[in-house]
Amino acid sequence: MNSNVTTKHRKNAGLLSIIPGFGQFYNKQFVKGIIFLVLTVAFFSSFSQTLNWGFWGLITLGEIPILDHSIFLLIDGIIALLVAIIGLGIYAFNIYDAFNNGKKRDEGFLLNSVREQYHNLLDNGFPYLMISPGFLLLIFVVIFPIIFVILLSFTNYDLYHSPPAKLVDWVGIQNYIDIFKLDLWRSTFFGVLGWTIVWTFGATTLQVAIGVFLAVVINQKDLKGKAFFRTILILPWAVPAFVSILIFSGMFNESFGVVNTQILSMLGIDAIPWMTEEVWTRLALILIQSWLGFPFIFAMTTGVLQSIPEELYEAANVDGASLFQKFRGITLPMVLYATAPILITQYTFNFNNFNVIFLFNGGGPAIPGQNAGGTDILISWIYQLTMTSGQYGKAAAITMLLSLIVVAVALWQFKRTNSFKEEDMM
Amino acid sequence: MTNKTERIIRLSVSYLILLIAVIIVIYPLLWVIGSSLNPGQSLSGSTMFPEDPTFKHYMGLFDTEKSNYVLWYLNSMKISLITMVFAVISVAFTGYAFSRYRFIGRKNGLLTFLVLQMIPNFAALIAIFVLANRTGLLDTHAGLILIYVGGQIPMNTWLMKGYLDTIPKELDESARMDGAGHLRIFWQIIMPLSKPIIAVVALFSFIAPFGDFILARIMLRSEEKFTMGVGLYELVSKQFGNEFTTFAAGSVLIAIPITILFLSFQKYFISGLTAGGTKG
Repeated sequence: MNSNVTTKHRKNAGLLSIIPGFGQFYNKQFVKGIIFLVLTVAFFSSFSQTLNWGFWGLITLGEIPILDHSIFLLIDGIIALLVAIIGLGIYAFNIYDAFNNGKKRDEGFLLNSVREQYHNLLDNGFPYLMISPGFLLLIFVVIFPIIFVILLSFTNYDLYHSPPAKLVDWVGIQNYIDIFKLDLWRSTFFGVLGWTIVWTFGATTLQVAIGVFLAVVINQKDLKGKAFFRTILILPWAVPAFVSILIFSGMFNESFGVVNTQILSMLGIDAIPWMTEEVWTRLALILIQSWLGFPFIFAMTTGVLQSIPEELYEAANVDGASLFQKFRGITLPMVLYATAPILITQYTFNFNNFNVIFLFNGGGPAIPGQNAGGTDILISWIYQLTMTSGQYGKAAAITMLLSLIVVAVALWQFKRTNSFKEEDMM
Repeated sequence: MTNKTERIIRLSVSYLILLIAVIIVIYPLLWVIGSSLNPGQSLSGSTMFPEDPTFKHYMGLFDTEKSNYVLWYLNSMKISLITMVFAVISVAFTGYAFSRYRFIGRKNGLLTFLVLQMIPNFAALIAIFVLANRTGLLDTHAGLILIYVGGQIPMNTWLMKGYLDTIPKELDESARMDGAGHLRIFWQIIMPLSKPIIAVVALFSFIAPFGDFILARIMLRSEEKFTMGVGLYELVSKQFGNEFTTFAAGSVLIAIPITILFLSFQKYFISGLTAGGTKG
């Protein structure tokens, strides 16, 4: 047990495994060593072409127009990058393994036999085996696109630099500089960002307020027909949102829609330009989103209300509290406490609520001196830049800015959520 | 006495508020049903209570020569069902691994999932478009399904993990003592106990592709491959108002089954969300 003074197996094994497998040979784990060695040889012989080509493409983005397709080179480059990361991971594991087993030898422990190693691999490998299908899919449909967007935001990819006829080039942070420096982009960006924030807070807060309020009203003990009201009020959540939004878009039609021709004329109000005047479109959108979003909050609040102990209210009655005081002192805190994590996801949801903006009026009406519509939020503006005006590089840069905001909020929420602090949770 | 009058006022005000709320909720729904029964084609001539109601627009939708509606319906069903199956399988695996095993990279994996669930996967729509183009998956259902399944994994893994954490670990430990292997414990002990959360995950991953618009719109190009959302949008936007009654009939037909499905599973939705929400 005192052999750790004299032997330096950990250092030797770790150093030797700079050539994969040799550290394991040193530890007399020959089967494992051979596996590492074979893996390394196989890796280089099958991927060296991919890596070479990929990194060349990633750095130059192609040299001859038409022959080299910059965007395809970019994609191949990301694949090479991922392959390299996986390779480095295996390499690091090889060193770690040799070092660790060397340490065990230093401390005088016996190393596992081949059979034990196999069982160990099975036991420790099982969770990896289980998450690998999901994780692989995530890499390709989520992580890969994210890397692509990050890289794209540093290129000048747009209609004028569109492969195969033209090459795309790295331009550093030019896209970001343009967004903040060029007048057209700056005013559009801050205009859209401003409305996105107003929209997120306005629409979400209104839908939360309506949902909580109606749930409290229905929850009164002596109110009849609870089940009926609850079923009706949940309907907007049940009907697919895209259907409801398209219906509203018909109802708010300026010349033929019922809102102008029937409801407002019945009240003696002149027709309102819902679709062509920015302010009115915005108002209509907030109202529609409240209609769409309140039932979810309503249903959740109803659940929470039923779990508030009756004694609390009885005690308040004894103290002579008014209705409003009971609401502020008991109901609201309880509801907010129980639903807080979900309320935050409602805000992030509306921040990216593409459907309602796009399906209602396509982000319009158009605004002079701006390349986004009057009701475009960031995500629908990105859609427009990508699908209609082909400003891919700029769109990618804006996507990065948007993600920055969302991730910041996510991490902030993460920090606040206590359950993560529990030792066993993480 | 004052107590009684106060009560009457309070209840009347409550009923009045609820009545207004019910009207606002119901009105658009009744209106679209009314529109779908109008004999005319356009938005301008349609009224909520047509004098001579007709079902001809419904018939028209099922006429496969004139309308792709049935195709869209089947496409949506197919895509949602396949997404649901794959999402449930992969989420059960990942959720179980994260809940029951302590392995290197677990904490970072969970964190990654948490952040990914915040970023909607269509934020990278440029990338999805270009990648699908490059891999030949543009305008295929397979490509769309892959994206949907991938998008469902992070959030639902958290839900699944949250639920599995509440199943006592002693159960698997005693099974392990009895010599049960990893797969056996997963399949015969944990899975039967997690039916409620599997139902929730299945519902979520069925409804999400069904209600999606943007990804389907980016990925699908040819009309016979459209899903319900994209198809209905095309129907209205092509020449707004001119085919409005047909659109209304299509909306009613899609809304009714989903609404029924939804109302019957409503409880699970809420319990699933609150369970996952307060846990994670």
